[in-house]
Amino acid sequence: MAVDIQIVEKSFHMETTKNIVLNGIDLRIEEGDFLTIIGPSGCGKSTLLKIMAGLDTEYKGVIDINGRIVEKPAIAQGFIFQEHRLFPWLTVEQNIAADLNLKDPAVRQKVDDMIEIVRLKGYEKAFPSEISGGMSQRVAIARALIRDPEVLLLDEPFGALDAFTRQHLQDVLIDIWQKKKITMVLVTHDIDESIYLGTDIAILRANPGELQKLVHVGLSYPRSRTDPSFQAIRQKVLKEFEKTDTESYKDGEGI
Amino acid sequence: MKVDAQQIAYSNVDPIIEKRKRKPPLWLKGFVLPAVVIAVWQLIAGLGFVSETVLPSPLLIVQSFISLTLSGEIFGHLKISILRALCGFLLGAGIGLTLGLIVGFSKRSEGYIDPTMQILRTIPNLAVTPLFILWFGFDELSKILLIAFASFFPIYVNTFNGIRSVDAKLFDVARVLEFSKGKQLTRLIFPASLSSILLGIRLSLGAAWLSLVVAELMGSSSGVGYMIMDARQFSQTEKVFVGIIIFGIVGKLTDSFVKILEKRLLKWRNSFDGVN
Repeated sequence: MAVDIQIVEKSFHMETTKNIVLNGIDLRIEEGDFLTIIGPSGCGKSTLLKIMAGLDTEYKGVIDINGRIVEKPAIAQGFIFQEHRLFPWLTVEQNIAADLNLKDPAVRQKVDDMIEIVRLKGYEKAFPSEISGGMSQRVAIARALIRDPEVLLLDEPFGALDAFTRQHLQDVLIDIWQKKKITMVLVTHDIDESIYLGTDIAILRANPGELQKLVHVGLSYPRSRTDPSFQAIRQKVLKEFEKTDTESYKDGEGI
Repeated sequence: MKVDAQQIAYSNVDPIIEKRKRKPPLWLKGFVLPAVVIAVWQLIAGLGFVSETVLPSPLLIVQSFISLTLSGEIFGHLKISILRALCGFLLGAGIGLTLGLIVGFSKRSEGYIDPTMQILRTIPNLAVTPLFILWFGFDELSKILLIAFASFFPIYVNTFNGIRSVDAKLFDVARVLEFSKGKQLTRLIFPASLSSILLGIRLSLGAAWLSLVVAELMGSSSGVGYMIMDARQFSQTEKVFVGIIIFGIVGKLTDSFVKILEKRLLKWRNSFDGVN
């Protein structure tokens, strides 16, 4: 049981030129792993995640989740967008249930459990406009998790949040990951975030988007950002970026 | 001085709240303009500059209103008028809503249906009136159909636009969560376009009311429009005014009703509602 990514090529076609976004990405994520994908803007990390979700199907290659080929979006590949994308006319609990019927006792139970897990008790009846951005993102995570996905894909989920909320949500996410033992893939441009969360880090380089290096973190949870071993990994990741820096930015692209 | 300052601090009089209290409430503000107009009007009419058949004084209109109410004549006319408007509205708005949903939802049906609708939409109501009379006579049917015709388009156009302006990002969410077509409609498309639909209903109600007058003026033996026509023939100008005022009041009431509906159904929305 694992996620197999084999992307030969993903490109956007302009009028006359072809812009290769991803080139020869070959990755295997074991069940229960937490892979973070990091890279400069324009390296195609979000595109990679959209392909895994089945939201983008125009590429050469194949995505295999637990022996099933991904062809379209599905509940099995839970997806968290950069913005929370809650339905503004539904309350928190209705958003989590979404198309499921809250009057069904089984659904009710699951929603209540999930609200407990993402620590939103007391806000069940609030509308998205009445809660903060961090809370909204937690609702979005709950909405994906309640459907028991085989893998949860997160596209820079905390990018728009302030530093405190972000750290808090990172802890919430680790908590969920450990409780639910679910495979997670998180795209970020924050090096600390990628080390803090991931069991493994995939470093992408831009133009074209290729896998630069796969770093195994190997630290126990919960991690401390100030710990020397954390810093050591940080140095390692930064070194990888230095290698590609001159190349990636040579034409002023990818910034 | 020190004592004074403390007294102010501890007293329950908050200067800001006091200031707010002195301002007249919003609903009262709406009455200011009509009150001024009526006062000036009464003054002009009272001085006898114009004949009463041209411009009866507000007092005379009120008297006429009271006598029409007491005799019950007004209610008979109002009842039939409201019934006509309601039937026409329900028919027209019902079809408009359904068609708007279908055309908004599916690109294919848009191609087949929308161009025709846009042609029909630009035809003035008054232009089709003779045709409707020719086909359906002076009966209730022609009146109701005329009202239905008028109230069809606002809701059709607004429903269509409402659906088409639903955030594409939310459709991505619906895809990721594997919403069925039905759930897409009930959980996403319908609530997202509800504010447009309600606007359509408001405009449709207005259009229904408007064409009711046209329908009743063109020939009928009951209804507020008839009452106006009848009074005109006998130069009872004050009665004409009573009819006009009734049209105004009922129109405003229905509009307020939809607004209340809007407030209740769209309470999740926190949009700008004007500075104080």
